Amino acid sequence: MKSRIFLIVALAVAAALFVFARLLGSEYFFFAGYVVLQFIVLATAWNILGGYCGYVNFGSAAFFAVGAYTSVFFHKAYPLPIPVLILLGGLIAGIIGLGMGYLTLRLRGAFFAIATLALAVVLQTLIVNWQYVGGSRGAYAIRPAAIDVLGVSLPYMQYLFILMLILAVGAVVIARMIERSRLGYGFATIRDDELAAEACGVPTLRLKLIATTISGALMGMAGAPFPYYITYIEPSSAFGLAYAVNSIAMPMIGGTGSWIGPLVGAILLGSIQEVARVTISSAVNLLIVGVLLVFFVIIAPNGLVGLVQNWMKAKAKS
Amino acid sequence: MSAPLLHVDQVGKRFGGFVALDGVNLSVAQGERLGLIGPNGSGKSTLVNCICGTLQNEDGRVTFDGRKVDGLAAHQRTILGLARSFQLPRPFHSMSVADNLRIPLLYAVKARLGPAISARELDAHCVEYLRLVSLDHKADKQPRDLTQVEMRKLELARAMAAEPKLLIADESMAGLSHSEIDDILKLLMRMNERGVTIIMIEHIMSAVMSFSQRLVVLVSGKKIADGDPQEVVRNPEVEKAYLG
Repeated sequence: MKSRIFLIVALAVAAALFVFARLLGSEYFFFAGYVVLQFIVLATAWNILGGYCGYVNFGSAAFFAVGAYTSVFFHKAYPLPIPVLILLGGLIAGIIGLGMGYLTLRLRGAFFAIATLALAVVLQTLIVNWQYVGGSRGAYAIRPAAIDVLGVSLPYMQYLFILMLILAVGAVVIARMIERSRLGYGFATIRDDELAAEACGVPTLRLKLIATTISGALMGMAGAPFPYYITYIEPSSAFGLAYAVNSIAMPMIGGTGSWIGPLVGAILLGSIQEVARVTISSAVNLLIVGVLLVFFVIIAPNGLVGLVQNWMKAKAKS
Repeated sequence: MSAPLLHVDQVGKRFGGFVALDGVNLSVAQGERLGLIGPNGSGKSTLVNCICGTLQNEDGRVTFDGRKVDGLAAHQRTILGLARSFQLPRPFHSMSVADNLRIPLLYAVKARLGPAISARELDAHCVEYLRLVSLDHKADKQPRDLTQVEMRKLELARAMAAEPKLLIADESMAGLSHSEIDDILKLLMRMNERGVTIIMIEHIMSAVMSFSQRLVVLVSGKKIADGDPQEVVRNPEVEKAYLG
């Protein structure tokens, strides 16, 4: 399918989802759906570096928080509409991604992963000590009850839902485009064998920097509306373990090879967690993620997508 | 005589206190078939790595096609026309055989020619290289489905697909049977007939002797002989290095 047609289909699915949610008439659906959509963006973003290039990033929460705190900063300094904040959050997180790439991409495997974890700790320490954005006390982002969009008055939660929906579509379309492009081939060579990639003329360092920048920018964009969603933000919620763990677990469970994996993983795992939050307890979330992750790493290292592919291959043979 | 395609001038490389290359000089003319031999650990692979940019030489300079290439990254040298195959094949495991060949076409050839080469032409080139190494019937297979000799052919074909001026084949025949060695030799000869200069690094003497127009011997990081293959193997120093 051509990218343009895919984009139209994706937008149509997104529009249908929104109409369905409106018809359902439950404000809770928007509230929970926002979280799932946010995880689609995070998981897809993580997969661009982690799945395509094979560099495991443990610092997803840091990029998410950079986006969130960019919004907090501007909320205080010079209030801007959220779409602009999303772009700004993406820009700043992208620059940090680029910087992180320069500093750490000479490291491989576990060492790179540890460096990204360290980056998250450094950034969290900075935010905790930065009083202007609330420091460790946190900050409020009071949102209006409703907003006018193209002349239609929309409850603010629905507005945030739409924004995250557009971001999710954008992230998936970008990931799919990369996968099928020259860039995607280059990323895959980095995952497979960097030395051989260089020998084939692939500028590995430049490609890795592109990956960290795109991945970081998308994570920052996912974080930018967060203060308005949660209305009270503190470092430990923005840098929460749940973001780092879910960004890794969702692509792993879905399958890291293609854009479908993170999408499926995020929808599945995100929904299960939201259901568990209201039916069992909000603390059980990470337990579910942990158990599923262990299960999938052992049983299906290529994720759900890999399982389905194997099943289809076996069926075709028989 | 025209300027050599590759000129290695007083190149030195150390790993800590160990001197891997010690002032090596080497010139390779356009279109030449050069054999490079030496006992294990004599620095052959290090020299290749320094020429190709996998390692950076500490002393001396490497000139390729009239251009100083010291300090350039490996991918930049590949784009300039300097390709190599690896001693142990390093295929891209997650890609099909055809996609493995598509990488150097997409990156090295495309970077060299820019928009002058279309996607369809790249595909045609890919098919051509698959046929050249008779892997066209396995184009959609994964590298893990290949036999040892097919894997070696893929490794060579991938280096060829970068469409280099100079190809360095690093022990591309180790562990193969006689008929398989002949296959690879024919392949390299065909490349040479197309105008590609080739440096062959090999332990299998019969292959090196039949292929090379000139033979260079490295021992302990130093060049001890350079000249006509028949004369070089009769050189007492070379005999001493090999037989002790």
